[in-house]
Amino acid sequence: MGEEFQSSKPIYMQIVDRIIIDIVQGKQQPGDKLPSVREMAVQMGVNPNTIQRTYTELERMNVVETRRGQGTFVSENGELMEQIARSMQDELIGSFIQRMEEIGVGKTQVIALLQRYMGEEE
Amino acid sequence: MAIRVEGVIKRYGNKRALNGVSLTFEKGKIYGLLGQNGSGKSTLLKMIAGLVFPDEGTVSLSGSQVTRRTCGNVAYLTELDMFHDAFTVGDTIWYTASQFADFDQRKAQNLLKEFRLDPSKKVKSLSKGNRGRLKLVATLARNTEVILLDEPFSGLDPMVRDSIVQSLLKYIDFEQQVLIIATHEINEIEPLLDEAIVIRDGSVIGQEEVESLREEQGLSVLNWLKQLEGNKEEV
Repeated sequence: MGEEFQSSKPIYMQIVDRIIIDIVQGKQQPGDKLPSVREMAVQMGVNPNTIQRTYTELERMNVVETRRGQGTFVSENGELMEQIARSMQDELIGSFIQRMEEIGVGKTQVIALLQRYMGEEE
Repeated sequence: MAIRVEGVIKRYGNKRALNGVSLTFEKGKIYGLLGQNGSGKSTLLKMIAGLVFPDEGTVSLSGSQVTRRTCGNVAYLTELDMFHDAFTVGDTIWYTASQFADFDQRKAQNLLKEFRLDPSKKVKSLSKGNRGRLKLVATLARNTEVILLDEPFSGLDPMVRDSIVQSLLKYIDFEQQVLIIATHEINEIEPLLDEAIVIRDGSVIGQEEVESLREEQGLSVLNWLKQLEGNKEEV
């Protein structure tokens, strides 16, 4: 099993996030077949009803599509995938900026700090 | 298939093991029955299995009242040791199969393989973990609509627990079966559960869908349990 989940967020949503990250990273390619509900449940060590909810949610987001009798596949809509990747980036940056503001670092300072940090990285 | 427990009271001497419990369990779901030792969990499971009967109230499976014969339709894993030491693993499977018409030999063999249990080994020589596994094989290999597990993880190390959780997920037929797990160790099984039911001193003090707890209250089952405990006793 080995999967750990945060305590404050529904497990099905945490699995949604993980699958989306796999797709954004390219570990799952457009058109790839996802494991069956049961396989995924065993793999994650969670209730199959939870995985069913995960797949329903992914389908609602148009990230995957279910083909009758064949299974669940990663959507081949490249535009959508880009959009999802971008919204994940926005989310991360948003929370970063917010936390910097909380410790009294303004926007222009953030940019300067980032530039310096990136410069050091290289 | 549904299990219905209505207004059940059970007394042992002066003590009330169950004090007016009403619950419904539906097929396709996994329930966690949580509570400390002596809370009434085991009594409730035994009642569903037809091994103990209520003093007041009723327990029914698919609309018919539970009787002594019900144990033929319910797979029940007791928290006690249930094997003959002189038997081998193979003997134990053979014996269990002879007792229950719904015993599925193929399932049993697959489970033995998965748990790496050697059929020729004497039960007496098995480690605690392997005894726990063998109990589970004997229970899960039955094709019953109801599976009751009383403390299936107790005394087992985390690796064994993980492998048990996995085989539960693999071998349960969610279309047909309902699974109730009584335990005081919630962490291992939280991601497995549809619903958590908390029993204390013979009464149900909480019942929630695990995902709703997280979604609506931002609580894991463990946090929720702590909250419930906190309401009554200051620890």
